[in-house]
Amino acid sequence: MKIKLWINEKEFTDDVSPDIALLEWLRSKGFYSIKRGCETSNCGLCTVLLDGKPVLSCSTLAIRANGKYVTTLEGVEKDALEIGGFMADEGSEQCGFCSPGFIMNVIAMKNELTNPTEEEIKKYLVGNLCRCTGYVGQLRAIKNYLKSTKEV
Amino acid sequence: MKVVNKSVRKKDAMSLVTGKPVYTDDITTGSSLIVKLLRSRHAHAIVEEINTERALKLPGIECILTYKDAPQSRFTNAGQSFPEPSPYDRLILDKRLRCVGDPVAIVAGWDEKNIDKALRFIKVKYQVLEPLLDFTKSKDNEVLIHPEEDFKSLVDIGADNNRNLCSSENSEYGDVEEQFKNCTHIIEETYHTQANSQTMMETFRTHTSFDAYGRLNVISSTQVPFHVRRIVSNALEIPKSKIRVIKPRIGGGFGAKQSVVSELYPALVTMKTGKPAKMIYTRKESFTNGSPRHEAQITIRLGSDDDGNIKAIHMYSLWNAGAYGDHGPTTVGLSGHKAMTIYNKVNAFKFDFDVVYSNTMWGGAYRGYGATQGIFALECAVNELATKLNMDPTELRMKNMLTHEQVGNKMPAYYNEVLNSCHLDKCLIKAKEMIDWDNKYPYREVGKDKIRSVGCAVAMQGSGISNVDVGAVEIRLNDDGFYTLMIGATDMGTGCDTILSQMAADILECDLENIVVHGVDTDLSPYDTGSYASSTTYITGMAVVKTCKSMREKILSEGARLLKIPVEKVEFDGKNVFSLEDDKSISLKDIANFSLVGENNYITASESHYSPTSPPPFMAGVVEVEVDKLTGKVDIIDYVAVVDCGTVINPNLSRIQVEGGIMQGIGMALYEDVTHDKKGRLTSSSFLQYKIPSRLDVKDIRVEFESSYEPTGPFGAKSIGEIVINTPSPAIAHAVYNATQVNIRQLPITSEKIVMGMLENKKK
Amino acid sequence: MKLLFTIDQYVIAESLEEAYELNQSRRNVILGGIMWLKMGKKRIGKAIDLSALDLHKIEEDEDCFYIGAMCTLRDLEVHPGLKKYFNGIIEKSVESIVGVQFRNGATVGGTVFSRFGFSDVLTVLLALDTYVELYKGGIVSLSDFMDMPRDNDILVKIIIKKDNRKAAYVNQRKSATDLPILACAVSNVGNTWNIVLGSRPAKAQLISLRLSESLNEEQINEIINVVEDKIVLGSNDRGSKEYRSILADVFIRRNIEEILLGGNHED
Repeated sequence: MKIKLWINEKEFTDDVSPDIALLEWLRSKGFYSIKRGCETSNCGLCTVLLDGKPVLSCSTLAIRANGKYVTTLEGVEKDALEIGGFMADEGSEQCGFCSPGFIMNVIAMKNELTNPTEEEIKKYLVGNLCRCTGYVGQLRAIKNYLKSTKEV
Repeated sequence: MKVVNKSVRKKDAMSLVTGKPVYTDDITTGSSLIVKLLRSRHAHAIVEEINTERALKLPGIECILTYKDAPQSRFTNAGQSFPEPSPYDRLILDKRLRCVGDPVAIVAGWDEKNIDKALRFIKVKYQVLEPLLDFTKSKDNEVLIHPEEDFKSLVDIGADNNRNLCSSENSEYGDVEEQFKNCTHIIEETYHTQANSQTMMETFRTHTSFDAYGRLNVISSTQVPFHVRRIVSNALEIPKSKIRVIKPRIGGGFGAKQSVVSELYPALVTMKTGKPAKMIYTRKESFTNGSPRHEAQITIRLGSDDDGNIKAIHMYSLWNAGAYGDHGPTTVGLSGHKAMTIYNKVNAFKFDFDVVYSNTMWGGAYRGYGATQGIFALECAVNELATKLNMDPTELRMKNMLTHEQVGNKMPAYYNEVLNSCHLDKCLIKAKEMIDWDNKYPYREVGKDKIRSVGCAVAMQGSGISNVDVGAVEIRLNDDGFYTLMIGATDMGTGCDTILSQMAADILECDLENIVVHGVDTDLSPYDTGSYASSTTYITGMAVVKTCKSMREKILSEGARLLKIPVEKVEFDGKNVFSLEDDKSISLKDIANFSLVGENNYITASESHYSPTSPPPFMAGVVEVEVDKLTGKVDIIDYVAVVDCGTVINPNLSRIQVEGGIMQGIGMALYEDVTHDKKGRLTSSSFLQYKIPSRLDVKDIRVEFESSYEPTGPFGAKSIGEIVINTPSPAIAHAVYNATQVNIRQLPITSEKIVMGMLENKKK
Repeated sequence: MKLLFTIDQYVIAESLEEAYELNQSRRNVILGGIMWLKMGKKRIGKAIDLSALDLHKIEEDEDCFYIGAMCTLRDLEVHPGLKKYFNGIIEKSVESIVGVQFRNGATVGGTVFSRFGFSDVLTVLLALDTYVELYKGGIVSLSDFMDMPRDNDILVKIIIKKDNRKAAYVNQRKSATDLPILACAVSNVGNTWNIVLGSRPAKAQLISLRLSESLNEEQINEIINVVEDKIVLGSNDRGSKEYRSILADVFIRRNIEEILLGGNHED
């Protein structure tokens, strides 16, 4: 089926099979930041924004992105560098495999919540699993990041 | 120390956080065959007939390989130094299937839908055999897992395939029975630790192809590229010279990738078809046929006098190898040696073990590597002894465990190695302070139905495998004076590329940016046994130190030659080689650039390192939990860890190792559980069923360091990667006991077990 | 790896009638958020998408909330009207489900129509005066719907009556975002007490009892006895029948206590 959508503000058209996940389709277009970590919608590695909302691209049919705006980490390099910089300063990217999906959800959280508490941060990001860091380093990084955005 | 002991960013950090294509599946995007496996539905069966005709006719199916197509030399998947201690007990494809998921056929094709169809179209006639699923009944069972005649072990590890024994051993120091006679308090209990999956976020994956020289190139997410080269050579019966293994960035390992898991299937496909092939394990496959921690049942006898002086320890570890023996004979050793050594003052130790085969998923290496299982058992027993003695368990430990006062002593349970560094006492004291132990032990009521309690454990590990592990390093001086650091140790996200560069930068007195470092390529990188056994910082680190010192010597002599001054009369400060007598000097940049021209010498240095000892890092873990008295629910309120890993090379990266390891340990303690049904099929085969901790599951983890100085380590460093998973299970079990008077000796510590235990207690 | 299930043809339905017609074939499937569907290996003929039918809104009037089948669980969670009602138990029923991204995908229609045993949402909705509107079957109470055999009708919306009932919800999970071991919702309106147990592990079940607005210890025990009698609990990997029974007792008490302490529908 024919689809037309915008990835990181750029228009794409394609003829897709109805049973291809957005995740595989985006990777086939070269958006390699997006990773698959499971088959059960549990890990958050494949998070992208669909019309601004964080979704699991593994559980979204490509066809359902028709007419919508998709944002991947490649499209928000400035935020990635900024948020990622705070993570790097804690060493909390570690293997990095979950970092892209995690940062996408941090961006979504930043857009949705104002001055989130520690508990609210954890709740918003709980769908992003990480096996390396134990999460506390990521929390330090995100708190530092949020603090820095307030200071500006 | 200019760069060492500083929290610098990882060299690859910004690529990772901006999502650059650096992992196996990102750098092998050209067209290649997709490889999938038909896996056994039976836990124990023999393939009688296999018909692939119909499947082969499907469009885009390139080949279907069965046991008839696979080489017939047995090998082991365990990534260990030759001669591997794990038995040679497997084939790529075997007629005999020994667990659910054992591969029956390899299907390769260009189109995933047709491959999936082909998997359904293959007709297999099985002779279904009685499965042996309960490993406690394996030894001398009439059901044999490895009756094959070509079963072989290269090393005497007490294997006997006619008794389902993968390995067994008895050892004793002193006379245990004699000592028990003098004990007034004896704890005798059996502890059970479940299998655990590492669940690194990047599943197993491998790409294979032939290069211009007709050599098999293997790009793989592995911790052990050099072992992969040997195992691929063994399994495919091709010379090692025909194989090149490349390790790009990898998405976590935790030991899982110290075994060959996904490598051989695409490799065989490429060998047969000549075409590039790629295999990506699904998460389900990573669960069902990965390389999890071995399930263990450990029986302990522990005796002391009235004052709490521990006199004797006897441990018996019964170990479930599962279908194949990968890492079985070696993990089990740590369960005794790396647990009992903590209590080095004890007069007598006895350690017996049996590693047995069964028709369950084979085990592998997982962070802690057997020490985790042993330390759970022994630390629980020590806590139970403290209760029996009515003594604060931290005092009992201060009395018996290794402390700084024992530096210089021999450790009989640790292969008679000498203790060179130890701050375990300081670790425990600090951890107690941090959690306010004296006010919180053992418990406090907090509101209706809620109790808060604390629990503790201590742990050790090693730093590399003594007399076995080898790390080699090469460094090159390039144009304008930057260095290329070639290492064979595998960064799996842990940051070894960075910390080894930090060491190099310190010795060469340059900026970290002046050191270029590489992922591993067996064609280019110097030999390294790989990143496992907590060896990288300690072993490869020392090789970096030696190599960089050698590089300094060479720069000095080349500088002196160019300055026409005797080498004794020059010095090098990282930027210039200068005369100690006058103001003559030459810059590193000039030396480097001259070295690439004409009659001058291109400067490289290479050294390797091994260690006759494996100095233990130490740590104390103290947890505060809140237990719901009615539901048994346990919440982790606070986890405090104080670690002695010697000199901390990069505090941030070390801290993250500790935090991450503790979180994994908490998962192991509370809910991570590899379970199977009555037919041997795994029931915990997704993140839906196998729960790993999320960020809401633990309130806080706090980490401090109490660094000793290890004289045999680089800059005084020991290891950090593995020890960090060892304290949560016993500490949490202890805290749960302090809240409920229920000893949970079988992991995981579920709320149900706690409630049922409390009901039992009420009945008594 | 692509998805495990296959779809031959994708149809964006232009009317409920069209969707209904298509759904009469066994090979065709109405798509919700596909969070659970994707875990199966179904070979689907026509996948029917309801996205174009304006079913993604939550509306409210004086008497009811009307929740379109294509609303996501996240829509339920953040809706200001729903947050204010029933002690916020609707938000509480979704907040532990995997994560924000999952809840941005999972639909209310998919969740309710599937009648999953582990559903937090159904446990809570059953404790409220909830109805489902089916395209052919019309409006039926949720508790009746729970017992109806699965057919080829289409769930259009969920209707929750604003009857000022007080409600409370507790559940226990092995880990924060796991499926519940047991979930329990209790509500009280007038003299009626509604007890729902979900993740039994079978699908949620409701018991309604007429007692009095305030309960004494004896009456609470009576409730627990009736529930024990009428709601069958079972065992699975997450917990045994015996343990679930212990939890049920504790949860019912705790919920009732919370309601008696004055949990109310509006702040």
